[in-house]
Amino acid sequence: MSHIKNLIPSTVNPDLQKERAAAEFHVEEFSAWWHGGQDKLKKKREIEKAIFSDLEDGYGLNHEYMSHEEVYNSTVKKVAEAAVKLKALQNKLNPGGTDIWPGGLFNAQSFGLFPANHPIATHITMFVDVIKGQGTAEQVEKWGKAAENCNIIGTYAQTELAHGTNVRGLATRADFDPKTDEFVLNTPNLEAYKWWPGGLGHTANHAMVVAQLYIADVHHGVQMFIVPLRDSETHMPLPGVDIGEIGKKLGMASVNQGFLGLNHVRIPRTNMLMKFAKVERDGTFKASPASRINYLTMVYTRCLIVSQNSTLLLAAATIATRYSAVRRQSPIEPNQPEPQIIDHVTQRLKLFPEIATGIAYHLATEYMWEMYAQTVQEANNGKFERLPDMHILSCALKVLCTTDGCAGIEKLRLSTGGHGYLIAANLSNIYGNAVAAYTYEGENTVLLLQIGRALVKAWASFVDKKPLSASYSYFASSMQLKEFPKWDDSWQCIIKALQYTAAHKTRIAFENLANRMASGQSQGVAANNTGIELTRAAELHGRQFVCQTFLEQITGAKAQKRSPALNKILENVLELFLVQTVLNNLNDILRFIKLSDADLRSLQKRLEDSLAQFRPNAVAICDGFEFHDRVLNSVLGSYDGNVYPRLFDSAKRSTMNQKPVQTSFETYLKPLMKAKL
Amino acid sequence: MASSTSVIPTTVNPDLQKERDAASFNSEEFAAWWAGGEEVLKFNRGVREYMEKDVDLSEMLQLQNKTHEEIIEFSTRGAIEGAKKLRRLQEERNPGGDVYWPNLYDAQVMWGLVPGGNPFGVMYVMLVKALQAQCTPEQYEEFGKRVELFEICGTYAQTELGHGTYLRGLETRADFDRKTDQFVLNTPNISSYKWWPGGLGHSSNHCLVMAQLYIDGDCKGPHMFFIQVRDEDTHEPLPGVHIGDIGKKMGFIGVNNGFLGLKNVRIPRTRMLMRHAQVKADGSYVSSPTNVLTYFAMVRTRCVIAKNNAVMLASAATIATRYSAVRRQSPINPNEREPQIMDHVTQQMKLFPEIATSVAYRKAGDYLWNLYDVTIEDIENGKYERLPELHSLSCALKVTCSMDSASGVEKLRLACGGHGFLTSSNMSSIYVSATAACTYEGENTVLLLQIGRFLMKTWRAALTGAPLPPTVRYLAEVQKNPEFGTWTGSWENMVKAMQYAAANRTQLAFRSLSKRMSRGETEANAANHTGIEFTQAAELHGRAFVFSAFYEAVTGPQSKTRSANFNRVLENLLELYLVKETLNQMGHLLRFINLTDTDLSGLQDRLETVLTKLRPDAVAIVDGFDFSDLQLNSTLGSYDGNAYERIFDAALKNPMNQKAVPKYFHEILRPFMKSNI
Repeated sequence: MSHIKNLIPSTVNPDLQKERAAAEFHVEEFSAWWHGGQDKLKKKREIEKAIFSDLEDGYGLNHEYMSHEEVYNSTVKKVAEAAVKLKALQNKLNPGGTDIWPGGLFNAQSFGLFPANHPIATHITMFVDVIKGQGTAEQVEKWGKAAENCNIIGTYAQTELAHGTNVRGLATRADFDPKTDEFVLNTPNLEAYKWWPGGLGHTANHAMVVAQLYIADVHHGVQMFIVPLRDSETHMPLPGVDIGEIGKKLGMASVNQGFLGLNHVRIPRTNMLMKFAKVERDGTFKASPASRINYLTMVYTRCLIVSQNSTLLLAAATIATRYSAVRRQSPIEPNQPEPQIIDHVTQRLKLFPEIATGIAYHLATEYMWEMYAQTVQEANNGKFERLPDMHILSCALKVLCTTDGCAGIEKLRLSTGGHGYLIAANLSNIYGNAVAAYTYEGENTVLLLQIGRALVKAWASFVDKKPLSASYSYFASSMQLKEFPKWDDSWQCIIKALQYTAAHKTRIAFENLANRMASGQSQGVAANNTGIELTRAAELHGRQFVCQTFLEQITGAKAQKRSPALNKILENVLELFLVQTVLNNLNDILRFIKLSDADLRSLQKRLEDSLAQFRPNAVAICDGFEFHDRVLNSVLGSYDGNVYPRLFDSAKRSTMNQKPVQTSFETYLKPLMKAKL
Repeated sequence: MASSTSVIPTTVNPDLQKERDAASFNSEEFAAWWAGGEEVLKFNRGVREYMEKDVDLSEMLQLQNKTHEEIIEFSTRGAIEGAKKLRRLQEERNPGGDVYWPNLYDAQVMWGLVPGGNPFGVMYVMLVKALQAQCTPEQYEEFGKRVELFEICGTYAQTELGHGTYLRGLETRADFDRKTDQFVLNTPNISSYKWWPGGLGHSSNHCLVMAQLYIDGDCKGPHMFFIQVRDEDTHEPLPGVHIGDIGKKMGFIGVNNGFLGLKNVRIPRTRMLMRHAQVKADGSYVSSPTNVLTYFAMVRTRCVIAKNNAVMLASAATIATRYSAVRRQSPINPNEREPQIMDHVTQQMKLFPEIATSVAYRKAGDYLWNLYDVTIEDIENGKYERLPELHSLSCALKVTCSMDSASGVEKLRLACGGHGFLTSSNMSSIYVSATAACTYEGENTVLLLQIGRFLMKTWRAALTGAPLPPTVRYLAEVQKNPEFGTWTGSWENMVKAMQYAAANRTQLAFRSLSKRMSRGETEANAANHTGIEFTQAAELHGRAFVFSAFYEAVTGPQSKTRSANFNRVLENLLELYLVKETLNQMGHLLRFINLTDTDLSGLQDRLETVLTKLRPDAVAIVDGFDFSDLQLNSTLGSYDGNAYERIFDAALKNPMNQKAVPKYFHEILRPFMKSNI
């Protein structure tokens, strides 16, 4: 039908090539640094070549034209096929490792293999991990290996239709029956139905069910139970199990999230995970010796979220930046050709700070992983002192990264104009994936309130002159100052200003909370009424941490391992991030710190200067993240920059364009136009 | 296997009913005020009842499970059924008039019938209006009326694959051929293809094409040409026409946006719209007396956008508020029952400001429509003086309303937690509709830059003492009285403060621009480099206008027509809007106005106080927006508040849940699990 053939050129868009040629640093060095070294970069490329080279044309977009059900079924097929390839590749490139299998099911490369996501990620990231982390040696032996090999497929069922954040409010019950040595599980009403677990709808045949344990009607808190759901041969639901898919969502089209109702489902006593808490044969309950260890799983998950969300932000930034290098619009000078939109200063303001933000969170995550490793080691030696700080920092990082990441991705999508609205741009899918993290593993406001309470507790310690952990040491250094010193243009000044502001926000929240309690409010009511200020103090606490970490990563000892050219680029990124952070938080900073008009104009100039300095390197930096075109899956952001031909090609693939006239024409449209009502 | 019995109770959720019983005002009075009067409300309800009486709400909810193609067919059918109903309504209740058909075809009443978007919406919002504005009487009689009567169906094609905002950059050509008295239309490159018009893909047989007029190779600029693209009987594309659907989008799937390529398509000379500019048979060209009229259709569309986006925000606020009244989570006091989440102050902070914002934009939009009507009247009398102000104000309101509604809807969606991620909540659909407005009919940054230039021109005019239009008069006032004076915190004072900040931002931008030009930059380059400051000034200008309009609407003479209880509710909404937006813009205000720490603490107290005051009225206020359940199309926000049951019911009807075992289990999943990879 089309009279335009061979739409997509095999050459790189000349505007885009010019950007690459003009870069002031070596992209290869950046890529190696970004990926943790030359060897890791090389391995990444080998993996991607192996897993992406045989995907058919239109792979990343075909599912968009299917019904909800078809998307799921086609993805199950993809997972089964990919699993064999990934396992073989693991054995070939890194035998005994887990970076490809099962890593490829949930790392950045999975976005290329499974553009609609897939139903088995929860099995890998939560079901298997929880068995290993919480199961006895016998339980790990019985279920762990089978789960790892996907001989059984499970999911993690905690959230209920009417219960999410407040785990203690979960309504699912597990009653111990000493006569049969079994637990009897029930979801007593509709509100108790498990709701959301990935793969639960039609994929999993087991679930890790989080339920309230009752022994002789005495409540013993939430515990985890491995519950078989479906017959392993026929896949039919087992008796007492009411199971299905919860419906379409904003993204994650084939994750197959499900609902689960349990009506007197019996499981052996040994199906309760008992590495810590135990139920003996006679019904005796033994509580967990260290319940705090459970926080570590969530800390790990939050670090994973930050890692993934910063990656999604940078994927969106790469798409938008490459597009901005090839799209031309709105002459700057009348009668001159339309410029690349990346030359509009307002466009730079949309793009470049998001690149800086993505890099900042990426580096903050590296720091957190290092801290996590140390904390795990200490916990294994029975030392838990670092745990509360890790918990709070992981909460802060998760909140800020998801909030900033989602706002950034959306800003980037809008920066691509109308074409960013097309599914083929993949920006909405990236957003759908990123924004889900705002809610799961601790809804962001709830986490901010937890941080707020920790801040107020730390402030009380500070007022009582008790020692503070490192995370709160800025309280003392800030409050020593009667007034913030004169503003200079150093990075250190910016860090101190953020800390000073955060300290005062905490002070105000503390004072308001104390006043409310003094006036007779209970602590709970007073905390609720101070909620807005607690969340704001928590946010600023997080921001000062991210900025301080970023400064250290760029200017600290690690700088010596990088070339001067790369360091110069990273310093530009740091400058942009810090200046933008100050400008975005002036609402609070100006309340506590006097900045003169000259200071403010200087900040504006620094912003504009850093944007201009960034300009020749923007495309090359994005190249340095080394997103495979399959992973970006975007007609706007491909490496070659051939945007319009790719857009058109994707439109042609629509099922609607395989015939010129739709069936609805004869049935509805034509009769309407002929009617004389 | 899931039960097929409906799980939705016929009673109202008791938590929600309690909210309605506890309201301190009559929501019917609010509904009448919101609709524009008692008679209008009665009229609206009558129409809605007629239109919705045989529509199945649960069928609408299942749209999420269909393919791209099925959704468009569904939308075509819904749009045509809606058209038939409006025609019957017209014949029954207003024979010979146009009150119902076609006037209501692009109104809110249609939203519930076409949740995937209306493929013929653009025909009435833009095409008919453009034809009415640009056709000669003979042309309108010949083809404009046929469009109006839906005897032929068309759309409005301006944006191209490679060109959007910058009209003079459009590549589509119309060359006049004297010998045949025809225009020859071509889209010479792939980037010239028309791309985005609603309904163009498969739902139109005519199209109003914006193309560059060439006479003897001499370009006369963009003009409008009415062309036929498909055969009226067979619907096959005509020779030289390359047409189809552009592919899946974030939302508006049913709108059937299309692409259009033209190759030597010939049309009669009289198919160029010639009310203003004209081409004679001998090829002589008569230019339009006022070129700005070419842009006038866009002005009206921006007014429509501002109005519609306020409604989208109100619908999202309705859903989230009702859900927050029935959802319970996270005890405020330990060992007490989980409260309604609306009792959490942080939740109130997410919900109530968006209610206030939707009301504010509704009132600001009313002012804009009045200005539009007055300007239309002037133009018909040959007076064009009001046009620049109307253009600037419509841009400002379109920008701030689309920005605030998009971020507001997303905030509200996140306020619904995980269930806000479900398609059946309809929040993501409302969001993608709201956010699309940030791009179409003038991308927001481009509009902000236009407003910025208008402000520069106005500031310069004020310096010479020239009289200014009403909505920018404050610039002259600030020039005369550069000192702000004392902050009092009264509403009038807050309005003045926002205007003061906007004026000072305008001055800052003016100085930056002047300084750059004095250093030798061209005005255009200086404007690009000052672009960030232009957008900041323009945004504040928009906000100052909304402040003023909302303040006047609540405290002005019309307050005497309202009851004391209702006025108090509106005053609470005004207080909330002014305080929260003042706090949001505090970084700008503190730069220009001296606020003490006591002033700032006072604002925070006021914020918390007004949230508490609005708490008992929140549900009644959103009831007053008078959305039907079909219009909201949400499992979370139905009038009866039975959220969990509706979510579950929607899941049960999912085709994926009609069989317990998915198709691919035996083909793919089971072999995979047996394979021991």
